[in-house]
Amino acid sequence: MLRMARSLPEEVLEHVFSFIHSDKDRNAISMVCKSWYEIERWCRRRIFVGNCYAVNPSMVIRRFPEVRSVELKGKPHFADFNLVPDGWGGYVYPWIAAMANAYPWLEEISLKRMVVTDETLELIAKSFKNFKVLVLSSCEGFSTDGLAAIAANCRNLRQLDLRESEVDDPSGHWLSHFPDSFTSLVSLNISCLGSEVNFSALEHLVGRCPNLRTLRLNRAVPLDRLANILRRAPQLVELGAGTYSAELRPDVFSSIAGAFSGCKELKSLSGFWDVVPGYLPAIYPICSSLTSLNLSYATIQSPDLVKLVSQCQSLQRLWVLDYIEDIGLEALAAFCKDLQELRVFPSEPFALEPNVSLTEQGLVSVSEGCLKLHSVLYFCRQMTNDALVTIARNCPKMTRFRLCIIEPRTPDYITLQPLDDGFGAIVEHCKDLRRLSLSGLLTDRVFEYIGTHAKKLEMLSVAFAGDSDLGLHHVLYGCENLRKLEIRDCPFGDKALLANAAKLETMRSLWMSSCSVSFGACKLLGQKMPRLNIEVIDERGPPDSRPESCPVEKLYIYRTLAGPRFDMPGFVWTMDEDSALRFS
Amino acid sequence: MEGVVAYENDLNLKATELRLGLPGTERNQEQAVSCARNNKRPLPETGDQNGGAKAKSDAPNTPPAPKAHTVGWPPIRSYRKNSLQQPKQTAAESSVMYVKVSMDGAPYLRKIDLKVYQGYPELLKALENMFKFTIGEYSEREGYKGSEYAPTYEDKDGDWMLVGDVPWEMFMSSCKRLRIMKGSEARGLGCGV
Repeated sequence: MLRMARSLPEEVLEHVFSFIHSDKDRNAISMVCKSWYEIERWCRRRIFVGNCYAVNPSMVIRRFPEVRSVELKGKPHFADFNLVPDGWGGYVYPWIAAMANAYPWLEEISLKRMVVTDETLELIAKSFKNFKVLVLSSCEGFSTDGLAAIAANCRNLRQLDLRESEVDDPSGHWLSHFPDSFTSLVSLNISCLGSEVNFSALEHLVGRCPNLRTLRLNRAVPLDRLANILRRAPQLVELGAGTYSAELRPDVFSSIAGAFSGCKELKSLSGFWDVVPGYLPAIYPICSSLTSLNLSYATIQSPDLVKLVSQCQSLQRLWVLDYIEDIGLEALAAFCKDLQELRVFPSEPFALEPNVSLTEQGLVSVSEGCLKLHSVLYFCRQMTNDALVTIARNCPKMTRFRLCIIEPRTPDYITLQPLDDGFGAIVEHCKDLRRLSLSGLLTDRVFEYIGTHAKKLEMLSVAFAGDSDLGLHHVLYGCENLRKLEIRDCPFGDKALLANAAKLETMRSLWMSSCSVSFGACKLLGQKMPRLNIEVIDERGPPDSRPESCPVEKLYIYRTLAGPRFDMPGFVWTMDEDSALRFS
Repeated sequence: MEGVVAYENDLNLKATELRLGLPGTERNQEQAVSCARNNKRPLPETGDQNGGAKAKSDAPNTPPAPKAHTVGWPPIRSYRKNSLQQPKQTAAESSVMYVKVSMDGAPYLRKIDLKVYQGYPELLKALENMFKFTIGEYSEREGYKGSEYAPTYEDKDGDWMLVGDVPWEMFMSSCKRLRIMKGSEARGLGCGV
């Protein structure tokens, strides 16, 4: 076997490797022998860095000199819920600066939860001559000035996707910076932009890009503009409408309806802010071919939602507000037999009393009727162990299960017991479960179940749960494939963490906030584990101004080859080998 | 120093040297009582009651966090929370709509509330009064004939349009500012341009 490997010419091996795309497989190939490592690293075109601080740009560039596509992630997931203070980090500029020199032929940059500045965007715009794809997911720090630079300079741009980013957008005129000769756009997602874009520039852009397949508009695009846009792009496959509201007028209605009927390829709809229900029938003709429907901004009540989903027999993904209620979910279960993913968001998350009739029954109905269901995000106000057991039995193929019972520590509302057994059933029956979010009243027992059964689990989110360190220990000890663990407001302290310190090097990251991990334990971990960055995030001031036994506010631990980072703000401290000396 | 050791069922960590309190202190979280505490976070109980383990504050002087102040809970992104609120009042709903009015040759600009007027005749009359001039008669073919002034407005696309061409409501929703053009520029607007 080794002789064969040596005798195959490099070009042949390289050609064979070009069919291998997954990072895991590429990593495996590179470990076969030195020559395969060399060949592989010269022909790897795509890299994914799940934590931008786990490695530094020069290490990546040194190993992989011919990269065309880069994906980077910055802040921890809990940053989405404002748990990571502003200024923590995740700056992408150093990466772009390094890649501007090393990868002049870079085509794709995808960033998630990173701080991107206008300066960064300007650097991207002028450094990469064949730049094609820019995806900024949940990023911040830039304005439409940066976007104007991209529009003006990236002649071959195919995709510009700003999903869920926070953009400073004083001017809507950046779209006009796409030159008239620019026609290569395939995908544009500006749904997160707060202010208006220049409508005639938008229409002109849409009209001159014949390959446009995805167009996600922002809320500021009114309904009466939508028909014009659709008529210029009947080849659209994915559409995000803007505001779906206007005075009910027959001429406007037939214009919209006609425009939608002209779009024979539409498979995905989103947007739909401020819906006037009278305009919903305009989309009925295309419902039967829809595979993805995101109505999570649409304030449509359940009767109209029922009418809508009953016509979407091909639906695979539905995101919706809890206005759908149990009755709408029953309709979903009856008509949408291909459903794979369901997300139900709360319409009034801070109300003390339920405003809609959405209970555990809705989710049970869907689990009974939709046998392909494997991904769930469900916000509700009540749950029972029995319901969870039923769901677990109905959906053994579940891969992502995130349940959020809005009031913390809510027990089974019928038996008043903790929901340990319900979640226990989920991890026991759903052997392929990769992602799990817990809620409700939970003791250490649920963690024992998770440690025992959830062997494929990669990401676990825990809040207001558990009794003692034993809970955390069960998870760290038992979940062999755990990569990301995020915990808030749980009584977990030093013992489980220190007893399982080695486990932390096998994971991407651990987040613990409002728990009971002491500063002393953090220092100890920092001393013992040089390949981890132990970041103490505490806005009360330096941790050594308090007793060592005092719990830290927030703790973020991640494995890294790059050592402590240098861009930390004043409220972040890294515990390293010297910290025990420095802080004593 | 002993290395970290994992036990299967019981954390018998007294056997290791990983206790981080003063010698003789109890193996629970009460040692945390001494430090400055963040008011927002109630301390957990360390008892192991079945089914009743609500986390309460250990110390008497830390009030339980009221739900409204729990940061990041429920776990919803801010842009979702914001989109659930009423959108900024659209022009149709707002009770006032002030726009700037400039007059060629005038030293400073004025502002008027378009909502005050029911239609073009009223608006033009008000402008005539405000700037002491006369606007000519409007016709679709020739614009404002019989005067050296022409009322124009900037629309949402940034273009300068002649006041009066579109229905009043459409004008209201797209007018960003007004400008009273004078002289040859004004005359140019009416002449088949």
